[in-house]
Amino acid sequence: MSTASSLHTRRKTRNSVMMTLCVVAAGIGLAWLALILGALVYKGAAGLSFDVFTQMTPPPGDAGGLLNAIYGSVVMTVIAVIVGTPIGVLAGTYMAEYGRFSKLTTVVRFINDILLSAPSIIIGLFVYELMVRPMGHFSAIAGAVALAILVIPVVVRTTEDMLNLVPNALREAGTAIGAPRWVVIKSVAYRAALSGIVTGILLSIARISGETAPLLFTALNNQFWSSNLNAPMASLPVTIFQFALSPYEEWQQLAWTGALIITLTVLALSIVARSLTGRREDK
Amino acid sequence: MSAVQEALPAVRGSRDAIVRRFALTDAIFHGMTRAAAILVLVLLGGVAISLFAGSWQALSTFGFSFLTSESWNPVTEKFGALAPIYGTIVTSAIAILIAVPLGIGIAIFLTELCPRPLRRPIGMAVELLAGIPSIIYGIWGLFVLAPFLQTTIQPFIISVFHGIPGLNSLFAGPPYGIGLLTSSLILAIMVLPFITSITKDVFDTVPPVLKESAYGIGCTTWEVTRRVVIPYTRIGIMGGVMLGLGRALGETMAVTFVIGNAHRISTSLFAPATTISATIANEFTEAVGDLYTSSLVALGLILFVITFLILAIARYMLMRIDARTGA
Repeated sequence: MSTASSLHTRRKTRNSVMMTLCVVAAGIGLAWLALILGALVYKGAAGLSFDVFTQMTPPPGDAGGLLNAIYGSVVMTVIAVIVGTPIGVLAGTYMAEYGRFSKLTTVVRFINDILLSAPSIIIGLFVYELMVRPMGHFSAIAGAVALAILVIPVVVRTTEDMLNLVPNALREAGTAIGAPRWVVIKSVAYRAALSGIVTGILLSIARISGETAPLLFTALNNQFWSSNLNAPMASLPVTIFQFALSPYEEWQQLAWTGALIITLTVLALSIVARSLTGRREDK
Repeated sequence: MSAVQEALPAVRGSRDAIVRRFALTDAIFHGMTRAAAILVLVLLGGVAISLFAGSWQALSTFGFSFLTSESWNPVTEKFGALAPIYGTIVTSAIAILIAVPLGIGIAIFLTELCPRPLRRPIGMAVELLAGIPSIIYGIWGLFVLAPFLQTTIQPFIISVFHGIPGLNSLFAGPPYGIGLLTSSLILAIMVLPFITSITKDVFDTVPPVLKESAYGIGCTTWEVTRRVVIPYTRIGIMGGVMLGLGRALGETMAVTFVIGNAHRISTSLFAPATTISATIANEFTEAVGDLYTSSLVALGLILFVITFLILAIARYMLMRIDARTGA
């Protein structure tokens, strides 16, 4: 009897110890992340002002803003999305519709998943070899292509997943009234999966808006206002990288503010994306 | 009646035309989607080929010694990848050692202990944090974590382990703040959300019947987790860990800020070091000479091969658990 009850106590104790450790783990993890976000808001908000959005990046030791960097980021992101989204949506369409059970789809899915988590600096090197070296100079368009290559796997993945969720009865209904396959895809499947596909695009924007590594040696950076796509262009992440590692206090402050702007953008995009699919699940 | 008969051939003709047009447009659309799918393969192939072509000069000059040499001297143009490879592997390994127990702990907390109303918000917060750009972690590491480690933790550890053989060389040297250990900590916090959310997802695939029957014979929560949930999901957890490892190995910006970019192999975890990605990020635009650039591309090729293998293994493991839940 006493051995049984001591075994019981031992098991109970071990359970409490392990469960406490799990709570501690959750506490450490969440506190650590809260610490990072707290520091970001505290340091970033200090430099947040109207000037940040209206002034150019300053020379060392001067006041200024991040206008040209923000502009560059927006331009390159827009081009990347315009280039990457159609390719991603089409590839996802093939995998979920025409070639759902083909061998090609299995291979593409595997390779796409690897591209999805491949180091982005490798993509930067690839675009350097592909565009910068032949052209002989860094350019915004090379940066946009590097970002587009990061957009594609995200969009492929979500498009395929969302089209796979569309019930086959809908497609059969479309086919039964004589619509050809592509009309069924365009007017039935795309429409049913629209919010999911938009989510994928938003997530891909969230992903590339903070990417630094692929821009370092494609778009490089630019201290001045430039809207020439064939020339180096500033971007928010690369500017943050350069300013944060500088010894000048004004630059470091701008780096923190830029970091806050990027984080808020990314979080807002992710939340909007999630609420789109969330509503879908409720239906 | 006769009007209908007269109209029929015309209708049939236009019907054939429409069917032909439909077939053609469908073939075009089919071809476009197929081409886009093949482009994804071409992209990865293109990455491999361009990296190989770009690194050819370095690889043919140094041969196998590129992998085994520690020297990295742009002046004499002697390049070896051993120090960056060492730094990459050590930082990622320590990061995984820290992040895996924490991640599994948080996943257990979320699936077993957390009050139901809090589960979704906390789970969502973890997933949102996975999307924060790595440069944010880097800037925090440089301005907040590194000074903190330099002034408090590192001097303390150095003084504690000062007289213990083995450990004193592991924690030796002046406290710079930046270095191997700081990079590992930053990487750990970066991969934590990935590992947590995948572990939580695979924990959710455990059939409730299995857990309930274990609870039914009187098992404690820990025993159910340890003997039922973790064995059932082992492959999935391993897949998640490998995925986190793949990210840690290739992570660039967060590490570049805090690694110190020193091309040497040091036994001390407090010493500045370098990783493959940090070397490329720091030196690529300033590299003078074809051999220097080519050596950096060769580093990229090594990183590509390592991460490709790790990610392929991770995907294979996660596919296996998907296949089981699908069946």
